Amino acid sequence: MRAPPGPLDYLRRWPLRAWLAATAVFLYAPLITLMAFSFNDSKRNIVWRGFTLKYYALTFADADLIQAFVNSLTIALVSTVVSLVLGAMTALLLWRFRFPGKPALEGALGLPIVVPEICMGVAMLVFFTEVLPWPTEAPWPLNLGSIIISHISFSFSFVAVVVRGRLASFDRSLEEAARDLGAGEWRIFREVLVPHMQPGLIAGALLAFTLSLDDFVITFFTSGPDTTTFPIKVYSMVRFSVTPEVNAASTLLIVITVALTALALWLQGPGVTQTPQAGEGLLP
Amino acid sequence: MNGPIIRFEGVGKAFGRTVAVDDVTLEVGEGEFFCLLGPSGCGKTTLLRMLAGFETPTSGRILIDDADVSLTPPNKRPVNMVFQSYAIFPHMSVAENVAFGLRIDRVSAPERRRRVEEALALVKLEGLGGRRPDQLSGGQRQRVALARALVKRPRVLLLDEPLSALDAKLREAMRAELAQLQASVGITFLMVTHDQEEALAMASRCAVMDEGRLEQVAPPADIYERPASRFVADFIGQVNLFEGVVVETQGGRIRVQSADLPAPVDVSSEAEVHTDQTVWIALRPEVIELWPRDGDDEASAPRAAPPRAAPAVVRRATYLGMASVVEVELPSGRLIRAQHPNRGRRDTDFRPDEPIWLTWEPGAPCLLLR
Repeated sequence: MRAPPGPLDYLRRWPLRAWLAATAVFLYAPLITLMAFSFNDSKRNIVWRGFTLKYYALTFADADLIQAFVNSLTIALVSTVVSLVLGAMTALLLWRFRFPGKPALEGALGLPIVVPEICMGVAMLVFFTEVLPWPTEAPWPLNLGSIIISHISFSFSFVAVVVRGRLASFDRSLEEAARDLGAGEWRIFREVLVPHMQPGLIAGALLAFTLSLDDFVITFFTSGPDTTTFPIKVYSMVRFSVTPEVNAASTLLIVITVALTALALWLQGPGVTQTPQAGEGLLP
Repeated sequence: MNGPIIRFEGVGKAFGRTVAVDDVTLEVGEGEFFCLLGPSGCGKTTLLRMLAGFETPTSGRILIDDADVSLTPPNKRPVNMVFQSYAIFPHMSVAENVAFGLRIDRVSAPERRRRVEEALALVKLEGLGGRRPDQLSGGQRQRVALARALVKRPRVLLLDEPLSALDAKLREAMRAELAQLQASVGITFLMVTHDQEEALAMASRCAVMDEGRLEQVAPPADIYERPASRFVADFIGQVNLFEGVVVETQGGRIRVQSADLPAPVDVSSEAEVHTDQTVWIALRPEVIELWPRDGDDEASAPRAAPPRAAPAVVRRATYLGMASVVEVELPSGRLIRAQHPNRGRRDTDFRPDEPIWLTWEPGAPCLLLR
């Protein structure tokens, strides 16, 4: 008689392997196609006509595209840093204190996550025309201000939710132990609380960065003629034709995001990815 | 007891309407291994946390070395604590954990390294300074927590249920080691536990608490042999309690009549009682001896006769290896427990409904006034 299969043994059965293969194909085949066709030597970009790098050269020569690219990275960077600080502080506030209106704040925090982006976009448009008219002709990068503010307004709640979740697993006796050993509030925050929050901070920052980098809808409503971001630029290029130049630019974006994610994971280090919970592994 | 190092003066703590600690006055001397013992919710942990500074008393004062610390924050008190969960910082190595307190005190790096090594050697963790906490066993984590607190050379080391997370074998080994550690460093230990055996085995003095109040403060043997109340007698070990009234007092000897016993029992006690006062007699299972009984013939009573003996009938015997716990029924219908040591095969032979004599030595019964 055969032994019943263990958890990993199921992968030896063909239906599961097929399922796994199908998942991989549908996830990655489009991306790989996009990358492959960025090297296609064809203006129409429908059939493969041979290898070339000339569309990368064209991409780098396209000043508008490069400007859009730089804009996108700048917006993503600034909005990530600001939403990281704001989000972490909101999470700490909600985790640490009890105050009137706390349930309302907790509910409001989820709003940017659930409200349809198109509504956020329209709301931002109205806000920046009626309430706070932003000088779009201001010198770079100040002209990006309205986009940055609207990106912060949705991505900081993602950071707050992620960090809040991480804080829920914090063992309060660690804080007491630090205080017992002589640490003051700032020491406890820096040396005990922040190290615990770190995986949440990194995950939140990655989330905020990628959300900002590929946001189309909200940016579309808040950008002006001189403040185009990469997704909007690509969209306007595609309206004429899908050239390998678009593929090349997209490939560059993919490479940059993957590299940044890898960097973040590497910075996180091996020790932090598996943090034991209190009470785990007590037996010798 | 040397001069008191800790003094609780009428300390009380209420959480809203719940009173956790009620008017506790207590002194702990230099070099003592003092144990706060009681069931969960008795206020022992709150008392410990008030000494550490994590709770502020709602009434009374707490003094360490004659200085009022009632309102001093935890990081400014000369005490350190070993937490029940150990609270080892997971992102620091063992050595970094131990060095944490010294780093905050701005101890110089070479001095710090020397003291960390010394502390790790003290708890037998030499060479493990580079380990991460998740690479340690439960016993080792506890040693790290001990070293981390001891390295600061506190006036008092506080231990909150330090052995409760360990398995039975390790717990027993750690009892002896903790007691030995305390003797070698000479620091006053204040330990909280709900495990009476632990308290009896390790402490130089114990305080038994119930519902926020101190029931009795005494060395372990006194607590066991001369409990101050029915609560203490019942909480520490097992006990048979007989309610009765004082029928006669005579210079250090009090005669008590209980409805459950055939004759009045003499108890030696200096307690101030008056005739007809309701009191209780405590008899531990292990002080009751069992002898075969031949019907109602009092002459068959061996060595002792009433008032130091009572006829009974075996109801149930539980064999425990080193002894048997025998449940016997008195003529009044009252069930009591006796513990019979196993010295040979025939000792284990108790049949239900077997008539039997219970006897005890003159000093065995203990008088309780409340």
